[in-house]
Order: sequence, then C-alpha cells, then structure tokens
Amino acid sequence: MIDFSYTIWILLIPLIVFVVTGLTGNRFKPIVTGIIGTAGLGVVFLLSVITAYKFFFVLDKVGGAFQRLLAFNHTWLHLTDKLHIDIGVLLDPISVMMLIVISTVSFMVHIYSLGYMKGEKGFARFFSILSLFSFSMLGLVIATNIFQMYIFWELVGVSSFLLIGFYYEKDSAVAASKKAFIVTRFADLGFLIGILLLSYTTGTFDFITLTGPNSPAFTSGQGIMFLGMSTMTWSMLFVFMGGAGKSAMFPLHIWLPDAMEGPTPVSALIHAATMVVAGVYLVARMFPIFHHEQSALEIVAWVGGFTSLFAAVIACTQYDIKRVLAYSTMSQIGYMMLALGVSGYGGEDGLGYMASMFHLFTHAFFKALLFLGAGAIIHAVHSNYMNEMGGLRKYLPITHATFLIACLAISGIPPFAGFFSKDEILVAAFHHNKALFAMEYLVAGMTAFYMFRLYFNVFWGQEQHYHHTPHEAPVTMTIPLIILAIGSTFAGFIPFTKLVTSDSLPFESHTEWGIAIPSILIALAGIGIATMLYMKKSDTSKKIATALGGFYTAAYGKFYIDQVYLFITKKILFNYVSRPVAWFDRHIVDGTMNQFAYVTNVVSDRIKGFQSGQLQQYALVFISGVIALALLFIYLWTN
Amino acid sequence: MFEGVPIHWFLVLSTLMFFIGIYGFLVRKNLITMLMSIELILNSVCINFVAFNKILYPGHLEGMFFTLFIIAVAAAEASVAIAIIINIYRRLVNIDVEKMDEMKY
Amino acid sequence: MSFLLLFIVIPVLTVIGIFFSRTHMQVKWTAVVGMSCQLIMAGLLIYFFLAARAAGNTAEILFSQDMVWYKNLNIHFFIGVDGVSVAMIGLTSIVIFAGIFASWDVTDLPREFFTSLILLSAGVFGFFISLDLFTLFLFYEIAVIPMYLLIGIWGSGPRHYSAMKLTLMLMGGSALIMLGLLGLYFNSAPNGGPLTFNLIQISKVAIPMPAQRFFFPFLFVGFGVLGALFPFHTWSPDGHASAPTAVSMLHAGVLMKLGGYGCYRVAVFLLPGAAHEMAWIFLILTTIGVIYGAFGAIWQKDLKYINAYSSVSHCALVLFAVLMMNQTAMNGAIMQMISHGIMTALFFALIGMIYGRTHTRYINEMGGLMKVMPFLGVAYVIGGLASLGLPGFSGFVAEMTIFVGSFQHNDVFHRVCTIIAASSIVVTAVYILRVVGILLMGKIRNPEFNHIIDAKWFDRISVVTLILGITAIGMAPLWLSDMINNGLVPVMQRILLAGPIIH
Repeated sequence: MIDFSYTIWILLIPLIVFVVTGLTGNRFKPIVTGIIGTAGLGVVFLLSVITAYKFFFVLDKVGGAFQRLLAFNHTWLHLTDKLHIDIGVLLDPISVMMLIVISTVSFMVHIYSLGYMKGEKGFARFFSILSLFSFSMLGLVIATNIFQMYIFWELVGVSSFLLIGFYYEKDSAVAASKKAFIVTRFADLGFLIGILLLSYTTGTFDFITLTGPNSPAFTSGQGIMFLGMSTMTWSMLFVFMGGAGKSAMFPLHIWLPDAMEGPTPVSALIHAATMVVAGVYLVARMFPIFHHEQSALEIVAWVGGFTSLFAAVIACTQYDIKRVLAYSTMSQIGYMMLALGVSGYGGEDGLGYMASMFHLFTHAFFKALLFLGAGAIIHAVHSNYMNEMGGLRKYLPITHATFLIACLAISGIPPFAGFFSKDEILVAAFHHNKALFAMEYLVAGMTAFYMFRLYFNVFWGQEQHYHHTPHEAPVTMTIPLIILAIGSTFAGFIPFTKLVTSDSLPFESHTEWGIAIPSILIALAGIGIATMLYMKKSDTSKKIATALGGFYTAAYGKFYIDQVYLFITKKILFNYVSRPVAWFDRHIVDGTMNQFAYVTNVVSDRIKGFQSGQLQQYALVFISGVIALALLFIYLWTN
Repeated sequence: MFEGVPIHWFLVLSTLMFFIGIYGFLVRKNLITMLMSIELILNSVCINFVAFNKILYPGHLEGMFFTLFIIAVAAAEASVAIAIIINIYRRLVNIDVEKMDEMKY
Repeated sequence: MSFLLLFIVIPVLTVIGIFFSRTHMQVKWTAVVGMSCQLIMAGLLIYFFLAARAAGNTAEILFSQDMVWYKNLNIHFFIGVDGVSVAMIGLTSIVIFAGIFASWDVTDLPREFFTSLILLSAGVFGFFISLDLFTLFLFYEIAVIPMYLLIGIWGSGPRHYSAMKLTLMLMGGSALIMLGLLGLYFNSAPNGGPLTFNLIQISKVAIPMPAQRFFFPFLFVGFGVLGALFPFHTWSPDGHASAPTAVSMLHAGVLMKLGGYGCYRVAVFLLPGAAHEMAWIFLILTTIGVIYGAFGAIWQKDLKYINAYSSVSHCALVLFAVLMMNQTAMNGAIMQMISHGIMTALFFALIGMIYGRTHTRYINEMGGLMKVMPFLGVAYVIGGLASLGLPGFSGFVAEMTIFVGSFQHNDVFHRVCTIIAASSIVVTAVYILRVVGILLMGKIRNPEFNHIIDAKWFDRISVVTLILGITAIGMAPLWLSDMINNGLVPVMQRILLAGPIIH
C-alpha cells in the first residue's frame, strides 16, 4: 500500500500561494509574485506526475482494476446525521488523469503568462487569481463527494469571473464577466437542486458510495414519477444542467464566447482546457448513475451532439480568432458529452466513456496550444481579427509551426493526438446511434474547415499593413508552445484503454479503419476547401456567404441566442418582475403602512380639534355632558 | 318669616338663576360678565342650601354655614379672577374670551 | 456571580466612562477600550463554553445565575447561555467592535452618539443572555429605543420620517410580543403552581393547544417584524438608508437578529404545537420574502437600499429555516444569522466609507472606484461574493445548511418551498454583480473621484475584523456548527415531542 496522503499538498500549495500573493501583492515587485506562482504550480505539476506514475504503474490493482483511493478525507461540516460535507482527495483513473491535465496546462500557462502579461498593471493580481483558479480546479477534480465538488465548482466560477473581468476598466470585459458568472450560476442552481434531490433520495454525498456497484442511487428514487421521469432521472438532469452551464452546452453556452474578453492565457487555461470540461468530468464522475438512468443519458448525448454542430456552424463565420477558438471549444466539448451519452458501462461497452476522457485529455493540449498561439499572434499584431492579419508565417515561425500542429491535431489527421481520440468517439457513436454519428462526421469536416480557415487567414493570404513589424514572442512564451505541441503530437499514443475506462478494467481496442478512413477523408476535404478559399486572397468565400444568405447572417449573429437572453433578462426580468416588485414594495406594502400612519394622523387631527382653547366651548361640552348624564341617571333610576 | 312660602318657589328661583348664569357664561364674551354669571350660579346654589336647610332640618344650621363659606370663597375667587382679568387686559388690551385661545393643542 | 453579568456591566461602565470623558478622542478611545473588552470577553466565553462542553458538562444552560427581581409576580433576573446564545454574543461583539471604528468620523455630539450606541449594544447583549421572558423583553426594548435617537439625530436624508417609521413599526411588534409573553406567562402553569416567566421552566410544560394557537401568531409576527418578515419589512429600507453607518451596521447586523432569535427561542421553542400547525402560513410569507427581497434589490439605485432589500431576502431565509423545524435547518438559520450579521455589517461599513468619500450613494453617479480605492473595492467585492454565497465565506455554509436541511423535510410542500428559496442564489448574484460592475469597475465617471483617498487605519480595522469573521466561519465551520447543534438539542427534543416526527 502506498501512502498518498501527501496529495493534499497538491491542493494546499496553490491555496497558500494565493493567500500569500493576494495579501502581499503590492509589497513585492510584480515579477516576484509571478515567480512564486509559477514555482508553486511547478511543484504541483511534479507532485501530480509522481502521483500519476505511482497510481497507474506502482499501485497494485484489485481484480485487474485500478483502485479508488481516499487519499485524504476530513469532515468539513456536519449537516444531518447521515449527510456531511468532507474535504478530501479521491484518487481514481479519471481524477489522476485530470490532475495531469490541469497541472500541465496550468504550469504552461503560468510560464507563458510571465512573458505575455509582462508590464500589465495587474500582473500580481493576475498570478494570484491564477493560483486561486488552480486551487479550485484541482479541488474540483479530486473531490471525494458531490458537495466538495459543488464547493470548488463555485470557486472555479468565481476565479473565472475575476479573470474574465481582469481588465476591469473595459466595459465589455465587465459585462462579459458578469454574464459568465450569472449564466453559470443559474446552471449551478440546477446542480444544487440535483444534489439536494440526490442526497435526499440516497442519503449520501459520497462518490464512492454513489457510483459503486451497490449504489443506493440504483434502487432509491425510482418510485415517484414526475412528467414521466423518476426522481433519480430528474436529479441527474439537474446535475447535468450544472455541467452544461460550466461546459457551455447549448442553450447555456452564451457566456463562453464573451469570456474571451479575459487575457488570452486565461482563455487557454480556463475556457479551453480545464474549467469548461468540468461538466464533462462531472458526468463522467456520476457516470454509473447516468448509465442507470438511460433517459438522462440520452439527453446528454443529444445536447452534446447538437452543441457540437451548432458551435461548428457559428465557428465557420466568425472573424475574431479567439471567438473562433471559443466556438471550436464548445464544439469539441459537445463531442465529449456525446461520447459519454452514447457510452455503455463496463468493458468495451464503455468505449464512449474512455473516448470522452481521451478526447478531453488530448483536447486540453491542442486547444491550450491554439489559444496560447493565438495569444502570441495577438501579442504580435495587437488585433483579434483575422481579416486584419495575413502572411504572418514569416514573422512568427515557431508560433506558425506549433499552430499548424494544433490545427492538424484538432482536425483529426493522423498521427496527431486528435485523430485517435476523435476516432474512438466516432466508433462509439456509430455503434449507438447512427443519426448522431452522421452529425459528428459532418462536424469533423467543419472542424477541419474552420480551423484551416483561421490558419490560412492568419499565416498565409495577403500581408496586411501592421503598425510595427510583428516579431516572434519571447522565450517564456514559445517554450510552452513547443512543449504543448509535443503533447499534441504524441498524446494520442497513450494507451487510454488500459488506463482510463468506465469500470477501471483495461480492455483492448483497435482502430476501426472503416470509420477512421472516411473521417480522415472528410477532414482532408475540409482542409482542402479552406485551402482553396483562403490560402490566396479570393472572393469566393464572400460569394458563398452571399449565396447562403439568411443562414449565413444568422450564423454570423450566433443564431441570436444572446438577443433572446437579453430579451428575457433585460426586458422581462428587469422590467416585468423586478420593477413591479420594487413598485409594489414602495406603493402597496409600504403604502399600506403609511396609510396606517396617515389614518392615525387624521383621526388624531380631528380629536385635537376639541381642544380649541375656547373656554365657552369647553363649558358647553361639560354642561351638555352633565345634563346628559343627569338625564341618563334619572332615566335609569325611574325604571 | 317665610313660613307660608312653599319649597318649590325657592327651587324655581334657584333653577332660573342657575340657568341664567349658565346661559350668561356660555354666551357672553366679556370676562367680567362671565364672572358675574358664575356669581349667579353660586348664589343659586346658596339659595338651595338655605331653603333645604330650613325645610328639611329646621333645628340645624349646616346649610347656613355652607352658604357663608360659599360667599366667602366666591369673594376670594372673584378677587383672584378680577386680578387675572386685569392682567389679561394689560397684555391683550381686551377681555374678550374668544381672543384668549392660547391654551389649545 | 456569573461572569455573564459583565456583558451588561462593561457597556454600562463604558457609558459612564464616556460621560466623564472630555475630548472627542477620549470618548472614542473609551468606547474602543470598552468594546475591545467585550470582544475579548466574547472570545473567552466561547473558549470557556467549548471547554466546559469538552469537559463533559451537558447542562442545558451554562454559567447561569438566577436572582429574584420582583417576587410578587415571580419575575427573576435569570441569565445563562447555550451554544446558540454564545454564537450570537460572538456576533454582537464583533459587529459592535467594528461599528465603533466605522463611526470614527462622527463629529456631531460624539459623546451622546457613542453613549446611545453602547447602550444599544448593552440591550442586545442582555437580550441574548436573558432566560427570563420579562428581562428578555426589557432588554429588547432597551435595544430598540436608542435606535430612534441614533437615526433621528445623526441620520441623513428623511431621517425623522425613517426614525419614526422604524420605531413605530418595531413598537407595534413589541406590543404583539408583550401580549404573547403575557399569554405565555398566564399559561406557564397549566397544572397549578406559581406562574413564571422562566423560559426554561416554561419549556418543560405543555402549554394547552388553544392558548398556543392564539399566542403563536402574536409572538411570531411580533419578533418577525424585527426580523423583516414580509410584509412587515418596510421599515428596514428606509431605516437603514437614513441611519448613520455604525447604526446601520448594528441594526442590520445584530438588531434584526433579535427578531430571528426571538422567533426561534420564544415562538417556536415554547409553542411548538402551534408552530407545527401554522408553519405553512409563515413559510409561504418567508419564501415570498426571500425571492421578493432579492428582486426588489435589483431595481434599487441607492446602495443602502440595495443592501436593505438584500437583508430582507437573507433574513427571510433565517425565518424560513426556523420554520422548517428540523435540526439542520435550524442550525442553518443560526449560522445564517451570524453570517448575515457580519456580512451586512461589512457592507454597511463599506457603504458608509464610500459615501464619506464620494458624497453620494447612487450607483449611477459612481463608477470605476476600484482604481482609486483598491482596499475598499476589494473589500466590497469580498463582501459581495460572501453575500452571494461563495464557498470559503460564511454565507455559503449557512445557505447550504439551510437548503440541505430544509430539503430533508418529508413534506413535498416544504421541499418545493426550498427549491424556490434556493433560486434566490441566482437573483442575489445578479444584483450583487450589477452593483460591483457599476460601482467599482469601468471608468471613473466623475473626475472629482480621482482624488479620493483609500481607507484610513480605522476603516481598515473595521473592515478587516469583519472580513476575518466571515472567512473564519467560511473556511472552518465545523466548530461553530457543532456548538450550535449542541444548543439546539433541547429545542429539537421539545419540537419533536410536540409535533409529527420530521425526518
């Protein structure tokens, strides 16, 4: 038995770094904070790698399966006699895999930011919040129970909020950060309700109990039906709502493109590689229950599939390079969700599950690489718009090479990482649902198209007039690019079927060339179209856009989902709920209270009129009273 | 001296005086007149006292004494009242009761 | 002598000290010394309490002392604490300590100001340690009356109107409480024997149901007025808006908690049968209150109004949880009181400081303040995040305890109410972020604000104390939760005896 209790330091180091740099931020030179943060993350990275090595290769397997270890567990709060919130470290294949993903990307982004953020005013603040984010994200993946996950879920939300709003003097950044927080918060409400339902029916928060073979979730919560679905299905749907919010699934995706207002390293870390896949991770974490509630899983598959298509269509029309990447992220996460949705449980049935995790892993590398590359481009030309770029391959050779690798990887060209993981997803989909499978084929082609549209527009095409000659990024920025490019190239060869599977039992997989070859051809077709349209300056693309007419405009306008939300929030919630409530409070509730006071006032005003100061009036009243009383007594006595 | 006079004559007289006094008190605006009205009221009471004493308890004199007390008190009261009225006149150059409504709400 | 008596004696001594002080500085420092003693005392009290519990002392009430005060009516001066009151005393001492520093700028009649403020705190401390209903009521009144003077004299805006409204509404509540207390008194010995105001004794007898039904609404609504029970909450926005900083802090932070504490300690604890029967009515009102307050806050433009409506929403959650009548939810209610107390005090302190610098409270006239006053800006963001229930701060712990606890209720109606109330977390996020966005971020709208000076030392003491409070509870809630649970045991026993068994 190996002692894993040191893994709590993976959590504590970033927290300590955050607190220290947060409190002393202004006392030191900014670069000191940056170095402390990077060094902290470096240690976390090392610890994660050691843990992964020990976990996968040293630790004994039980019955051929990887163990699920509670490396550390401490009660944080007692709720009822059964329910208690713990803070701890749960090690199993997916959490260890996520540790690797997060610590690697976060470490790379830290190094990159040392160069990218140099000279920014909030340099220290940036690194401090980056540590907070790393802390929260690591805490999320090693959560031992669903409530710990919720706690860190909220924390990643707030660090994302703080980082998107990093340039707080820019109105668009402030608006984007607000939007991100509120939309995900809304989704988190669903998550919370899901947790409440789940804990009420099963009486536990604990993942090991919940997703174990004898989970109470399989037996309880089946009796009561609501709208044709059992309590457990509803609770899974609500949990998925939380995941969908964080992972920007349709229709809760609107915050992600706007989140690109944050600094580019943030987009790479949070909004591409780690936080946005939290939803996928959540579904994977609860997978045995989802698998038990097939109708919920079906919804997961369709939401994922639809989002991947929807986002791919929009990505083809955008000009802001970061937005293209954002929609591409949504599309890829849609893939992962879909893979989970079509997966079975155990052995080769669990292919989709494995593929989803595999794609999550590879995607983290090439998408982080794409974003960091985009950062390098933006750094060089000070613009986000690809129509203001062109011919940059001469000026940015390293960025160009690494960006090309990432584009090939995401398009699914062998032997780059994306090919392997995407292929597994397609296979899983093929065996489960042909409609979704066809949809994903289409998306694969579109992915290749929009990525190479971006690539050609930026690095080829006509050279634009730049304010100053673009120059290659400093070494702190190029090293992470190179490392991630290596990852994007070779990550596909990791034998995931042996490591991360739905029931932790390894199985054999084989590439189904019957599916893989057409998908490669489709990707190549996409690349080919992009080459024709964008490698040389030509008007063809504009003509096609005009030919598509309304559809193009709608896609360019992101299908007006934002406007719908704006309408609901600004028009309906603000004007038709909040304003009437405020009015009601002032005029009805408070008005009633004021009326009480007013009536009292009027009555007392009348009464005080009796005291007029007129002596004779008093006397008259007095005498009338005496006479009245006298008459009364006479009357009483005579009867 | 009054042997033959029936009691109700006295009572009618005192009642008349009483209500004349009340009327005067309520209606006249001049403080002096109002004071005089009060004297009328007091005197009507005095008449009642004397009359009832004479008829109901011929051997006793309590009613007579009470009357004397009332006269004495009324005299003292009249002097105080007139002093007050004079002071009011000094302040307001007027003794109209309706002008004196300082003591309201 | 029980050392609890010191909680009343120290404020009185401080007031006497202030009376003999000559200069502004002396007045302020006397107040600081007095309230620091109070804070240390509260710390010691928590320590002694936990030590006594750890040593196996399982008495329901610790450190109690009982003196006959007026024999004929069997009125006692009976003080003592359990886990819940210890927690509330801790809250009060933190808020009043921070409040003294937050009102460092008061230059008008400082002697009288600090006298009233500390007198008020004496009333609050007395309320929390009283176990005799008569003294409880007495201290309640002592706490409420200085409020009128504090708002009427040192307030701003339509202060006379607000002070009058606040006092009259609270007095209306007091009248109901008085009736309810008398009802308890005359039913305190249904089987013969002397009548009593002793809370613990009354809790041991079964009050006849007709009397319970009759008096429960009086007590619940009476205390509910102070706890901002919808629709009796309207004194709160106006009152808070007009009150000076420290008074808003104390009022929202502590005084409103008297309402929640009274509902829990008197209404529900002593009349559990009626509470079971009538909970649904008030549950509807509080559920409305939670959502309504949050939506009300969205539309406001004055910082203090926003915070006042937010308080309505949060305090409604306290009463909501009390009415759930199970241990977890009640625990959440107490934690929510403490959490909201510190949090809202922090907010009002910050609003006061911002107002002192910008001379406006309208958010539309401000903007980009983060740049010129980073300390206050960051503190405001922290307060906001705590208020919207971010983990790591006390608000999250309290809200989650309430929601999980309430959701354990067997009845579907209660669970639906819980879900509705839980949805307030989204609305809260909306109004908090709206304020943070407009007030602190963006560009500076008014060039005069470029010369604003960030927090001074006394501002910092006040703010840091409060932030430490919310993070300490938020990071390590277990000790507090256990301490409160400990105090809830007898309460729960009585409730369970009286009503249907709740899961």
